[in-house]
Amino acid sequence: MNWTWFHKLGSPKWFYEISGRWLPWLGGAAIVLLLLGSVWGLAFAPQDYQQGNSFRIIYLHVPTAILAQSIYVMLAVAGVVGLVWKMKLADVALQQAAPIGAWMTFLALLTGAVWGKPTWGAWWVWDARLTAMLILLFLYFGIIALGNAISNRDSAAKACAVLAIVGVVNIPIIKYSVEWWNTLHQPATFKLTEKPAMPVEMWAPLLVMVIGFYCFLAAVLLMRMRLEILKREARASWVKTELRAQVEGRP
Amino acid sequence: MNPVRKKRLYIILALLVGVGATVGLALSALQQNINLFYTPTQIANGEVPDGVRIRAGGMVKEGSLQRTGDSLDVEFVVHDGASEVRMRYRGILPDLFREGQGIVALGRLNEENVLVADEVLAKHDENYMPPEVAQAMDKAIQAKAESAQ
Repeated sequence: MNWTWFHKLGSPKWFYEISGRWLPWLGGAAIVLLLLGSVWGLAFAPQDYQQGNSFRIIYLHVPTAILAQSIYVMLAVAGVVGLVWKMKLADVALQQAAPIGAWMTFLALLTGAVWGKPTWGAWWVWDARLTAMLILLFLYFGIIALGNAISNRDSAAKACAVLAIVGVVNIPIIKYSVEWWNTLHQPATFKLTEKPAMPVEMWAPLLVMVIGFYCFLAAVLLMRMRLEILKREARASWVKTELRAQVEGRP
Repeated sequence: MNPVRKKRLYIILALLVGVGATVGLALSALQQNINLFYTPTQIANGEVPDGVRIRAGGMVKEGSLQRTGDSLDVEFVVHDGASEVRMRYRGILPDLFREGQGIVALGRLNEENVLVADEVLAKHDENYMPPEVAQAMDKAIQAKAESAQ
């Protein structure tokens, strides 16, 4: 297997160049897909037979919840790469993805509460799914706080990586909470092995929204990582040339 | 992979397995406390502590809902296929409350084994469909029932 791309990732300069090329495409795709998905889902998808229009919040709730969990898995993978291969870029990715993940978790909890009030009759219930999601939010807060509390960059990177890896056990708990225990939260509508419990005119806009949110994540993460790389590598000669070119290019 | 990296990877894997096992054991020990509600079968078997405010959940039995004309008092039966529990509630039921729907109620069991609820939450399932499809399905079920008679 060819591992050169993986080792190239260790070079911040290479990453800065390649991500600059991807960024406009990812950003454009995110805007188009999110606009298309929200208009389609909020205005044109049919209502639900029981919940009426209030079910439409699914088009925000499900993508944010999916992202909240996949970003955490990403943090854990970055943590492993950072600890095993000592790649500096892994720590940049971990630190910069954590606040995005925290926001997604917060949005998933918020939209869930807004959805819960009209359907269940309560903003918040201490059920296994909701509580595990709240723990995920605190794990994100922990990683952000730990990264900022330790001033030595290498020790902070190690501590955050360990916390991210240990916390990943929460992800299967979130996923299977609705099957292992009696919960108020309903089980998954989408399973890999079965047809979705929802007609195509309802799940198609949802799929567009999920892909749109992933593009949004990629674009925002690349932007944040590029800025962080410039900060950390401020003394490198390629950063100085790059900045000079940018300043002189746009007077 | 060079031996140092391999060793670090094994340490991380061992750490994950250890943490996973610890959390798994803790959760299985707490199994009963994590369940949001007791099922009617558990109540019938006497697994519910006396005089404590509990949550009980199940499906509202078809045709069991009784309203009183002059107050908000309602009475209904919740079942899980095997056992039943009668529930009493005073207040406004959530929009999704209907017969055949899953609910969770908070309250205390009285001497007659009736759950006097002070809060009723509606549970909705993972199935979504447009109203027209739901109507068409109801019609199809009715037609089937009529042709069977």
